[in-house]
Amino acid sequence: MTNLGAQKLVIIGNGMAPGRMLEHLFEQAPGLYDVTIFNAEPRVNYDRIMLSPVLSGEKTFEDIIIHGDGWYIENNVTLYKGHRIVEINRQARTVTSDHGVTESYDKLVIATGSVPFIIPVPGKDLPGVITYRDLDDVDAMLLAAQSREKAIVIGGGLLGLEAAAGLALRGMDVTVLHVMPTLMERQLDPAAGYLLQKAVEERGIKVITKANTKRIIGTDRVEGIELDNGTIIPATLVVMAVGIRPNAGLAKDAGLAVNRGIVVDAGMQSSDGDILAVGECAEVDGMVYGLVAPLYEMARVAAAHLAGDTKPAFVHSDTPTKLKVTGINLFSLGDFADGDDREEIVLRDATAGIYKRVVIKDNRIIGTVLYGETSDGAWFNDLKKKGTDISAMRDTLIFGQSFQGGAPLDPMAAVAALPDDAEICGCNGICKGKITSTITAKGLTTLDGVRAHTKASASCGSCTGLVEQLMSLTLGDAYNPAAVTPMCTCTELGHDDVRRLIKAKGLKSIPAVMQELEWKTSCGCAKCRPALNYYLVCDWPDEYADDYQSRFINERVHANIQKDGTYSVVPRMWGGVTSAAELRAIADVVDKFEIPMVKVTGGQRIDLLGVEKEDLPAVWADLGKAGFVSGQAYAKGLRTVKTCVGSDWCRFGTQDSTGLGIRIEKFMWGSWTPAKLKLAVSGCPRNCAEATCKDIGVICVDSGFEIHFAGAAGLDIKGTDVLGLVKTEDEALEHIVALTQMYREQARYLERIYKWAKRIGHDEIRRQIMEDHDKRRAYYERFVFSQKFAQVDPWSERVSGKDKHEFKPMAAVGFHQAAE
Amino acid sequence: MTTNWIAIGHIDDIPLRGARCVKTPDGKIAVFRTAENEVFAIEDQCPHKGGPLSQGIVHGRAVTCPLHNFVISLESGRALGADEGEVRTIPVRNIDGQLSIAFEAAALVAAE
Ligand SMILES: Cc1cc2nc3c(=O)[nH]c(=O)nc-3n(C[C@H](O)[C@H](O)[C@H](O)COP(=O)(O)OP(=O)(O)OC[C@H]3O[C@@H](n4cnc5c(N)ncnc54)[C@H](O)[C@@H]3O)c2cc1C
Ligand code: SF4
Ligand code: SF4
Ligand code: FES
Repeated sequence: MTNLGAQKLVIIGNGMAPGRMLEHLFEQAPGLYDVTIFNAEPRVNYDRIMLSPVLSGEKTFEDIIIHGDGWYIENNVTLYKGHRIVEINRQARTVTSDHGVTESYDKLVIATGSVPFIIPVPGKDLPGVITYRDLDDVDAMLLAAQSREKAIVIGGGLLGLEAAAGLALRGMDVTVLHVMPTLMERQLDPAAGYLLQKAVEERGIKVITKANTKRIIGTDRVEGIELDNGTIIPATLVVMAVGIRPNAGLAKDAGLAVNRGIVVDAGMQSSDGDILAVGECAEVDGMVYGLVAPLYEMARVAAAHLAGDTKPAFVHSDTPTKLKVTGINLFSLGDFADGDDREEIVLRDATAGIYKRVVIKDNRIIGTVLYGETSDGAWFNDLKKKGTDISAMRDTLIFGQSFQGGAPLDPMAAVAALPDDAEICGCNGICKGKITSTITAKGLTTLDGVRAHTKASASCGSCTGLVEQLMSLTLGDAYNPAAVTPMCTCTELGHDDVRRLIKAKGLKSIPAVMQELEWKTSCGCAKCRPALNYYLVCDWPDEYADDYQSRFINERVHANIQKDGTYSVVPRMWGGVTSAAELRAIADVVDKFEIPMVKVTGGQRIDLLGVEKEDLPAVWADLGKAGFVSGQAYAKGLRTVKTCVGSDWCRFGTQDSTGLGIRIEKFMWGSWTPAKLKLAVSGCPRNCAEATCKDIGVICVDSGFEIHFAGAAGLDIKGTDVLGLVKTEDEALEHIVALTQMYREQARYLERIYKWAKRIGHDEIRRQIMEDHDKRRAYYERFVFSQKFAQVDPWSERVSGKDKHEFKPMAAVGFHQAAE
Repeated sequence: MTTNWIAIGHIDDIPLRGARCVKTPDGKIAVFRTAENEVFAIEDQCPHKGGPLSQGIVHGRAVTCPLHNFVISLESGRALGADEGEVRTIPVRNIDGQLSIAFEAAALVAAE
């Protein structure tokens, strides 16, 4: 669809800078341009910063996508994935890609980012030698890590250390080679560099400083590295992370002014009036940048200029550096070199592993290094930015904000004391006032909500703590992030942390979780064990062996225990539909085993109550012969899909609600979920199947299927909310399954859908399931994969002898003696 | 009053962190095997409302009742934490994995 009269905007490169630029542009001047993007990487715009959490396993690629495919469609943007621009023709005003696509432009934005620097040593081109820049590099590292062999990372800077930590977490034996005497020397002074090295080494990573690589050894692929001093270190993977160069070759070939990067003015304009450059490839006022905060500033300026507002100008500011390795807290800002005109204040606490240094010139902070305890980073940053005269608080400055002005403040008071224009999120340049006013204006109650509306903490995430504190300040008791309720008395960790760490550390058994996460008891308790068992079943469907001893009795014996120690048995009746043969089989079983009570349940099936445990396998065998499988009426898993008779019988019916219900139930039975999951499908808005108080419900309408979610009709009563309307049965199934999988992956054990949804926000769920096609598809596929292992009828397994011991007493003793 | 040791089976008949019951005229006895391969036997009746302890989750040297989550010590038979109550413990002997429980004749007579 082209927009008549619109100008043509072409963008080369689809990284974080142009992505942000377009967001601003569409807000300021919707419809002004027809946008076409060429991206050498074959994918949408994602959060490059978060590649390290993907490498370590703390996030998936889906989690870090910034603009899903849907976004490009909605905004009418044509994205050529996997097209590298090979020529800019300024006379013809066209660009041409390596696949031969030529596109003309009125305005061109170059956003080609950087290229990793490759040290020119022999062997640099061997297979197994890679850089660290994009998702393909992460995939290559993950593949190599499967071998659990030796890896070398060249470069002890931010990128290199994040790569090393990720590879070590993935089980590789990692050595970091760094050419300077201390790590991250550009951001840290030697003392902090030393503490960092210790922390890195504690993670099992070897660090060799002052290491000069002479050559990379190997014939067909990399086998190791030889250093200048003759040392040889074997490795099957070498990651070069020694720095980046602005990617300006294309601009240079086109005759644009290029120095270190593409030379642009403060309005992001290159030496050609119709060509702009943003991001790491651009050079403003002699400076090039490698952190997103200034790039986002460029994006803001470029968007304004494209929209016709030529006032905004790019201004340089220092960006704090943080290392994103779980468990290492590090903050560095500005200039901290020694000098005669400078003084410094240092605080060390060896036992706590804390080091703080503030560099002062003319009574103003010019640099700060914090290691181990970084919560005052925002405050120091604010003082530096504003050039505050610190002479009055010089003596207590280093102790941080809480020590200023008498009694120590608690961390909350410290955040409260920050001025409204204090920067909270460095990546996105979001200040305190913007966050608090948005929370109030939009009625936000969740972190995800704040991320969605303000972008604060949405890039590298290291300001999450501050944002949460602001939320509790603004919302009072309605939000309480600090109080992470531990799972149980066996651990300090809350459910969310445990779930995250299970993935991050690749923990695949209950003992592994307890060992690695430092459980305080030897084998847990009845609260944490079933939760852990569920998390492991959900996260590693193909690898984890279900631990039945960690399941509640109902799930262990696949029946519901009753107060007298007998059990109840509920066979599945798909969609609540049954037949004469099924009813006859049930009647026979009731007679044969003298089952005292037969009752119709609220979920449209039949409950046989009062069965002795020893009789269960025989009861199941008889039911199985009639085609019944377990109704899983005992499971934290899919229970029932209630239906009405729908268009087949009912005069109001709009769709085949019975058929859809049966289809959903047959697709989803056997799946374990955090808490029980009950569904319903009604054939019209009269809603005879009561779909609007279910975990997930469907109301059929003439135009399709309205999907509902997050209802409750138990201890709490709550009507559902609408997730969205879809046209076909296939789509309805895909959306319901994706929603279920999202819930499976994120909720805390025993948390029903409505509670989970309230916690993470209904809008966020709608966004991921209704709008983000890639994400929905990925959820759907993960569910389908896990069903391969889950859809086994537990009754027939036990009829064939599994877990025999469960159903028989070990022995009967004493009867003989007693009779004597 | 004499103590009879009565064989009830092999330790491997009980799953690790699990339990089996032994039927007696006096009611059921629950025999537990902990993660550390220790064996304990207690009355299979929760002091709260009679729940079958053998069906609970076994952790450390304790079991959590499946009905309302009392945690019962396998060693002492007493409810742990804030709850109160106690069940009878029964001596168990483990010789090379062959288990027997002590059965007091007097108790049996009384039970008749
Ligand atoms: C592992 C890692 C961790 C990081 N951590 C942080 C951090 O914690 N904090 C922080 O602020 N920054 C961090 N960064 C840096 C940050 O990610 C970058 O500064 C930012 O992504 C650069 O954005 P950009 O848009 O300029 O370029 P990029 O995001 O690099 O995008 C450039 C795109 O252009 C494409 N391209 C190049 N040439 C062509 C061509 N000829 N035709 C078509 N397409 C082309 C490339 O394929 C690429 O997709 C990190 C970077 C990495 C790799
Ligand atoms: S919900 Fe509508 S279609 Fe279904 S039985 Fe009721 S009236 Fe009929
Ligand atoms: S409503 Fe209460 S008493 Fe009735 S079956 Fe449910 S839990 Fe038991
Ligand atoms: S019967 Fe055991 S806790 Fe209630």
